[in-house]
Amino acid sequence: MSDTILSVRDLTKKFGAFTAVDRISFDVARGEIFGFLGANGAGKTTAMRMLCGLSYPTSGSGTVAGFDIMRQGERIKRHIGYMSQRFSLYDDLTVRENIRLYGGIYGLTRREIARRTVELLDRLDFRSEIDTLVGSLPLGWKQKLAFLVATLHRPEIVFLDEPTGGVDPLTRRQFWELIYESAAGGTTVFVTTHYMDEAEYCSRVSIMVDGRIRALGAPADLKKEFAAASMDEVFRLLAREAKRTE
Amino acid sequence: MKAIEADNLSKRYAKTEALCGVSFEVEEGELFGLIGPDGAGKTTLFRLLTTLIVPDGGTASVGGLDIVRDYRRIRELVGYMPGRFSLYPDLSVEENLAFFAALFGVRIADNYELIAPIYRQIEPFRRRRAGKLSGGMKQKLALCCALVHRPSILFLDEPTTGVDAVSRSEFWDMLFELKARGISMLVSTPYMDEARRCDRIALIDRGSLLGIDTPGGILHRFREPLYALSGDDMYGLLIEARRASGIRKCYPFGAAHHLIATSDFDPTAFVRELAARGFQKVEIVPTEPGIEDVFIQLMHHE
Amino acid sequence: MGEFLSFVRKETLHILRDSRTMLVVLLAPVIQLLLFGFAISTEVNNVRVAVVAPHRSESVRQAVERVAANPYFTFEGYISQQEIDRTLRAGRADAVAVFAADFDRKVDALSRGESSEAILQLIFDASNTTLATAGSTYLQSIILGDLQGSMPMPDTRLLYNPQMKSAYNFVPGIMGLIFILICAMMTSVSIVREKETGTMEVLLVSPVRPIRIIFAKMVPYFTLSCLNLLTILLLARYVLDVPLAGNVVALVALSLLYLILSLALGLFFSTITNKQSTALLISAMLLMMPVIMFSGMIFPIENLPVVLRAISCVVPTRWYIEAVRKLMIEGLPFVSVIRETAILAAMTVALIGVALRKFNDKLE
Repeated sequence: MSDTILSVRDLTKKFGAFTAVDRISFDVARGEIFGFLGANGAGKTTAMRMLCGLSYPTSGSGTVAGFDIMRQGERIKRHIGYMSQRFSLYDDLTVRENIRLYGGIYGLTRREIARRTVELLDRLDFRSEIDTLVGSLPLGWKQKLAFLVATLHRPEIVFLDEPTGGVDPLTRRQFWELIYESAAGGTTVFVTTHYMDEAEYCSRVSIMVDGRIRALGAPADLKKEFAAASMDEVFRLLAREAKRTE
Repeated sequence: MKAIEADNLSKRYAKTEALCGVSFEVEEGELFGLIGPDGAGKTTLFRLLTTLIVPDGGTASVGGLDIVRDYRRIRELVGYMPGRFSLYPDLSVEENLAFFAALFGVRIADNYELIAPIYRQIEPFRRRRAGKLSGGMKQKLALCCALVHRPSILFLDEPTTGVDAVSRSEFWDMLFELKARGISMLVSTPYMDEARRCDRIALIDRGSLLGIDTPGGILHRFREPLYALSGDDMYGLLIEARRASGIRKCYPFGAAHHLIATSDFDPTAFVRELAARGFQKVEIVPTEPGIEDVFIQLMHHE
Repeated sequence: MGEFLSFVRKETLHILRDSRTMLVVLLAPVIQLLLFGFAISTEVNNVRVAVVAPHRSESVRQAVERVAANPYFTFEGYISQQEIDRTLRAGRADAVAVFAADFDRKVDALSRGESSEAILQLIFDASNTTLATAGSTYLQSIILGDLQGSMPMPDTRLLYNPQMKSAYNFVPGIMGLIFILICAMMTSVSIVREKETGTMEVLLVSPVRPIRIIFAKMVPYFTLSCLNLLTILLLARYVLDVPLAGNVVALVALSLLYLILSLALGLFFSTITNKQSTALLISAMLLMMPVIMFSGMIFPIENLPVVLRAISCVVPTRWYIEAVRKLMIEGLPFVSVIRETAILAAMTVALIGVALRKFNDKLE
């Protein structure tokens, strides 16, 4: 097993004349919590889509979980976990039904699903809610549940797209503890966020500006490099350089 | 006269209590922040005050007018920017603005100087469809549309949600300028760090106000000793701190963990103890609480 | 007024920007009309007939000649009694005419009134019912030719549509369907879209009474429908040769009334739903189906069971189609459709009343 779970070189995505992602290169080590930051329109979402096998790069190369992103998009999808703020679980299904559905999608056996359902709910102290409709859960609970469901099939790496938007500060912290716990257990976490305090929780972060990675490193190192007191300051400093308006 | 007065407002939906007895006042010309997570009842409160729904209990007035009786007159007075993207994505920037002006029976030119500082930033894209704008630009256009009739009271429901840190900060700068022009504002946000930009804030959670004060005043409510703990193995430290005596609570807080301690807590002894267990570069320093600390504490007190 | 116009302008822009939908709206009536007018026909056409004739006497041969010469029938050849079933099953013929063994003698006896024995049996593949029912009558009259006159048979004559051209029947039906779909479905979807995107909230929190915006919304759809009305009438007259026998002014006036009714229906739908998908579903389930089934467009009202016939009374399209048939095809004067017009007008008033009452300026 190599120590690098994700590695891209000169990854580029063009839409017509517009270069959304411009030759980005970076590696993510196994077990890292990697923060993927950038202002709106910097190219984060486009880059993340390529990494998740949802769209093919215009040029460049890379591997995710050992699979080639140019040729093995389908296999990448089976080996990663994905959760976004906008879409995570089905509101009109119960907790149990959602878990069963995702387990089924990733080809888990019935017995495995049953076992992992119990494990998952115990981890959240959530057993009593097994037959509750997901739609009636508070947002924070739903997001925590969605995260564990996204890792139900034990992916080596999980991609989280703004997982904590709008969640209360307490639940947001509980969410990050789940992330810590998973990372400690060896799962790599790749996460985007608009909360700059959350950037501090990451092992390393990258900051995208105008389609390129402008800074990359541990939060402490970046703060030193840019002589800033917080990641918030680092981010503002870099994001103001942006020339793109879209 | 107060810009907004709410007295014991309540609203129920089928099975959930969206708001239970909310009371507060917003002074004229004040920038009042409503801080709380999704589902706290912020949107319900906005809809009540903008006369979109009627309360089940309590009363409120906006600009001195009753929200139930005088709702038509309130509608001439206020500007409202709902939480969701509320522009026509298939119309251009210009067309959106023109429509909203017509809606309030004014021409864009009538109050152009009010929106000019904001509108100029998006003017180069005036022929672009609103649906094709970036998050920050959509938000600016929505603000222009809400201002085009020069309302005296502005309601902004989560205007900065989903917008990056830089655009958020620019947006607050714009609100500041509007405040200088005497417009009263009620702004809601889930981002606690935005609270310091308001004159006064109300923390809201699960349909109730946890406290109303100036940002500084809210922070003074936090009286317990607070420390920032950091080191190499942050997750390990979190677990250790939770087991330790003299620490009532420990939670991640950006680069460090925040520890709420008892008065007899000895930080140096705790650092020694941690070092003995093999933790490296452990540092613990007293720190000032932030709005989030206060919010978390008030949530716990329930 | 300037304000109202600017609302209309906005709605028009919405429609113009959605060019695909506009194309569908403008082309749908043309395509449907041409489809029903030419491709799908209920006329008897190209019926393949096989003949079983144990004795091929002169009169039998003459009868077969007449069938073969007729443009609507094709003679497929003689087969034996045993082959009838196989031929029909294999689809080699649509009908088999079986002549009696001593056809000439029986015809003689029949014409002298001395016997009433069967002389001819027609076997039809009734999987196509229209073809079987209409074709059998026609085929019988061709085969029996002059003999028919000497027989006690009802003399049927088809008035107004002597060639039984189906386009005549379908034009009013398509008008009824297209107008109600465009006006009711499109307006309700476009109102509900505002609820879905959140713009309705802003509209409500403005001093303008939202109902004015709603009316502004109807204007472009009304205009589009008028355009459709024109297209349909022109196509019907000059391409499908429908005579437009009656009072065209009355026809147009009636259609305008029906358009207003459809718009009111759309407004009503929009007050009971919050999602575009639901609005579409309601339009499809509550409009398309009943309009097609119960309006007389396809199935004659008189053939419906009593319960369904009662339902058809509340389907506005039924009255519209009836009236259009009278005006357009039978060429009757306006007075003959006063009943239908009154019913449609009453429905319009009732719908507008309910819709306005239900449409409130709050979110709940």
